[in-house]
Amino acid sequence: MEWANSILQGVLVGGLYALFAAGLSLIFGVMRLVNIAHGDLIVLAAYLALVATQTLGVGPMTSLLLIAPLMAAIGYALQRFLLNQTLGGDLLPPLLVTFGLSVIIQNGLLEIFTANSRKLQAGDIEVATWAISDKLSIGALPALQFAVAVAVIGGLQWLFYRTAMGRAFRATSDDPQTAQLVGLDNRHVFALAMALSLAIVAIAGVFLAVRANFDPAIGPARLIFGFEAVIIGGLGNLWGTLAGGVILGVAQAIGAKIDPGWQLLAGHIAFLAVLAVRPEGFFPRVKH
Amino acid sequence: MSARAFRIERGGLAGACLALAALAALAAAPAFAGSANLGLLSQIFAYIALASLWNLLAGFSGLVSVGQQAYVGLGGYSLFALTMFGGLHPLVAALLSGVLAVILSFPVAALLFRLRGAYFAIGSWVMAEVFRLIAAQIKPLGGGSGASLPTIIVTGMASSRQAREFMIYWSSLALVALVLGLTIWLLRSRWGLALRAIHFNETAADSCGIEITRVKFVVYAVAAFGTALAGALIFLQKLRISPDAAFNVNDWTAFVIFMTVIGGIGRIEGPVIGAIIFFALRETLSDLGPLYLLMLGAVAIVAMLKAPKGVWGYLVDKTGFEFAPLERRIVYSLNEGNNPAAPDSKGDRP
Repeated sequence: MEWANSILQGVLVGGLYALFAAGLSLIFGVMRLVNIAHGDLIVLAAYLALVATQTLGVGPMTSLLLIAPLMAAIGYALQRFLLNQTLGGDLLPPLLVTFGLSVIIQNGLLEIFTANSRKLQAGDIEVATWAISDKLSIGALPALQFAVAVAVIGGLQWLFYRTAMGRAFRATSDDPQTAQLVGLDNRHVFALAMALSLAIVAIAGVFLAVRANFDPAIGPARLIFGFEAVIIGGLGNLWGTLAGGVILGVAQAIGAKIDPGWQLLAGHIAFLAVLAVRPEGFFPRVKH
Repeated sequence: MSARAFRIERGGLAGACLALAALAALAAAPAFAGSANLGLLSQIFAYIALASLWNLLAGFSGLVSVGQQAYVGLGGYSLFALTMFGGLHPLVAALLSGVLAVILSFPVAALLFRLRGAYFAIGSWVMAEVFRLIAAQIKPLGGGSGASLPTIIVTGMASSRQAREFMIYWSSLALVALVLGLTIWLLRSRWGLALRAIHFNETAADSCGIEITRVKFVVYAVAAFGTALAGALIFLQKLRISPDAAFNVNDWTAFVIFMTVIGGIGRIEGPVIGAIIFFALRETLSDLGPLYLLMLGAVAIVAMLKAPKGVWGYLVDKTGFEFAPLERRIVYSLNEGNNPAAPDSKGDRP
């Protein structure tokens, strides 16, 4: 029963990893950009939420009403004025520019907020649980987190396949030249995709900050979790990414159960095992 | 027309002479440089080696790794393990660390090469994290908090402090000479030609009969060897190791990437120039702490966008001089007067 509980918690954490991964997956899908600063942007959103909750006196979830549009605006500007310049055939520029961005965000946060770890307080919801049996219980916060992950991925799926914006995303992804011929402005479409990605990053950042302590240095590990979820789930498949996040969360929970030092290692080993036996992931939709 | 109006030359004689002169001067440095300067030079040498090897991967082979700290840490940890538990001399242990890295690099590459492009980059980072987490589990080497090299090993290397400093200095100099020599030789050989073909167009290279996977494995293994060797020497100088220091992405990969990009990626001389610029900046600006790193990140972004060839690329475009030219050049005999349309002696770059 203890094991069942660990695995259940792992599944719920998987929702958070899927949130880390969704934004990453989205921009790779639309413009083949791998954003190395993704994890640091999640941490940036967490700090922005911290500032918002402290200065406005609102709760973390309410602060999202401000943080999500703000991150989206940052994303739009970032793509439009910086990252669009790096897109082209060559692999190096986007990689190195986002890597530089990662270093800038990390050290900027370190300069402003110091290396002390922080946490967002969400009040009663943090300790509320539903007991299924005396050994098995679901925390309200992890459950909410998982539900939000499902909602975000469902929303993205709907946006991609049912709306004009999604059609524009798919068109530029399939063939950027032809998309331009039929009147799409790729620069704008890419910037919108990044804006959407960073709005999801804002949600991920707030949940990260409510769930545990955070400091300026934890971004890269979030990038890696998101990346692993994308690869395990299979490129280009959003529901696959959720499954990838869950597999990663469960692997980490099992590792932690064996030995606390094995938590992260177990997740990485699960990722490497998938890479060894099924390099295209479990539910691939596109070839990479 | 009786004689050929052009000849093909490799060039680089002037550069080779200058490099040998520099090597001789640097080898003699312990005679006049102080202890602190020798320590700084050893660090610069190690960074030039790391940056040259990253350049070999990213600049020449299209393998953009952000996980080379895996091999720096592996080199450091093997050095500590082989000297503490194997009783080996540190320099022998350093060489063996390189060999160990080569052996490990094959299974690692077999997994990582399943990922392409940017995904390879993050995959290599995951691998470095795996190395770090495993190192933190090794209890005899201090687990997560790390270990110091026991005094008996340090004094066993050479009895006087000065002799040890000289030994580390000359080893680092030998390392940088070895790495630069090896990369120049590799890139001028058939392997180098194959690499450039792959880098420019993988499909076309494949259709020319180049065994792409084999070439990539060899380059990755060479980089692993040199990077681990550099890691071993770095931690021999530091005398203390911990998982966070040994597998640090900022110290062993971010800085290395910034040096290479600022100096000139895809050129032999780039990492050397970049490392010198990096250390000059560090000596003057490192008091700024995080702000210094922030500026470095910004400079690297601007360099990548506005001057993708880096400082050395800019100089080559201006002067046409290269220390270690990799391509053969066509030199036209202008006095024959029968090739008015001949390009200048700089030749055509591919």
